[in-house]
Amino acid sequence: MEKFLRNMFVFLVYVLYIFLKALALIIPLLVSVAFLTLLERKLMASIHQRKGPNVVGFFGILQPFADGLKLFIKETIIPTNANNLIFVLAPILTFILSLFIWCVIPFNDNSIFVDLEIGVLFTLAISSLSIYGIIISGWSSNSKWSFLGSLRSAGQMISYEVSLGLIILSVLICSGSLNFNEIVESQRNVWYIFPLFPLSVMFFISGLAETNRAPFDLPEAEAELVSGYSTEYSAMGFALFFLGEYGNMIFMSCLFSLYFLGGWNFSFYFFSNSSYFWLGFKTTFILVLFVWIRAAFPRFRYDQLMRLGWKIFLPFSLSWFLFIVGFLICFDYLI
Amino acid sequence: MVELFIFKLFSILSIIFSFCVVFLNNPVYSIFALIVVFVFVINLLIFLGAEFLAMLFLIVYVGAIGVLFLFVIMMLNVKIRNLNFSLYRYLLFSLFFIFLSFLILINLRILNFFYITCDNNFLNYFFIDFYFSFFYFSNAFNIGYITFCYYSPLFLISGILLLVSMIGVLCLTLHRRNDIKRQFIYKQIQSSFSSHIKWKNF
Repeated sequence: MEKFLRNMFVFLVYVLYIFLKALALIIPLLVSVAFLTLLERKLMASIHQRKGPNVVGFFGILQPFADGLKLFIKETIIPTNANNLIFVLAPILTFILSLFIWCVIPFNDNSIFVDLEIGVLFTLAISSLSIYGIIISGWSSNSKWSFLGSLRSAGQMISYEVSLGLIILSVLICSGSLNFNEIVESQRNVWYIFPLFPLSVMFFISGLAETNRAPFDLPEAEAELVSGYSTEYSAMGFALFFLGEYGNMIFMSCLFSLYFLGGWNFSFYFFSNSSYFWLGFKTTFILVLFVWIRAAFPRFRYDQLMRLGWKIFLPFSLSWFLFIVGFLICFDYLI
Repeated sequence: MVELFIFKLFSILSIIFSFCVVFLNNPVYSIFALIVVFVFVINLLIFLGAEFLAMLFLIVYVGAIGVLFLFVIMMLNVKIRNLNFSLYRYLLFSLFFIFLSFLILINLRILNFFYITCDNNFLNYFFIDFYFSFFYFSNAFNIGYITFCYYSPLFLISGILLLVSMIGVLCLTLHRRNDIKRQFIYKQIQSSFSSHIKWKNF
């Protein structure tokens, strides 16, 4: 009995340790999501030549918290004839998966939640799971707009996941590992954006489509479907979808900087440095590009989107993969 | 100890949810139950140390096949089934499978559920085994090594089989209608002012 109690105590201490570690990852992530919304609104405003949010706090710096508070206080409405359990479950699932995916992302040498040997596969698997949140929400809210929006969104995410996977394959064959740490370390001399430039552009565009951002924001095309799968959601449900979406955006740009921009390493002639700062800097740069594209480009039509995914990205990334394999075998890199 | 407990918990839960797949009223619910079964089985694989296979199953079964099933069933608009009939028709068959799955659980010594032998202390959870970390090859490496060294012809043949089946599906389902107008984007982009607009004198 004493042994059992001691074991339970050790186990509880271990669980507490993991919980604190997870909290240290999640809270900065949520704060950065909040400030990302502010960044987006400010940047869009300056592109449109207006002021943007500037009332709450100093230069509107507290605006996202005010928005969050508003969404938190509002009444949660569950539509009649909706499937209650699944309707509530869907935003929670989306949000949890968007947090869960961060546990394999390294921020510096040895600062990582779990150093999986197959981190890349894990991220692919979790991002394929996050489709469920969207499908479920569309089906359970019992509305035509939501259902059509969710079907569209699921089709879009599945088809761009294929091209995303094929692009990642080329990066993997260059680095020779499925581990994020080793992928970043293999870019110490040259970032993959230089030898694999076309692939990096395609990865960026696929990332836009995968996170349902403009110009591929068909799931919430306001003109056709009121706001897609999140039409029936109000208050906290909507906030969770929103947080999940923006978390995925940050994740995608972080992934871009890990795969193509050398992660936390930065070297330029005599200057070389590796720190948290560089990963954050590169991620923010890609995020600014995301926002810029939203302000600059009109929305795609759905058949154009599918054509871009299946008829252009898929064959091109596959043929580029074969080219890279041939190139590396030719220079005796692989064997 | 804790790992064993979680392993047993997950195996029991996976059996319970596989019952749900069969016995739930709403077909969409039973698809969800199927997905949960997949997830639990994948967790079992992770506990057994086959993390590469687990991730592949997660991508293929949960990420692709589960979504496909869900899509089809949501689009078909299936009626909610009455449970009154046909429950007893498969009883014998299902009992046989229950027996089989419980054999597996008995193999895992479910009777020793609360039996504690390990002398865990605090350090075991924070201890890094350096021998293990140096001489450990990852799952992905091992599978790739064996397929590349010993089974590469078979691997290629299975790839060709998949390609043939894919092309077969395309041939069976491809139907191009000619009676509708299409957009040719290349043509649209390549068109210029001079080729499309002419000045004429009247």
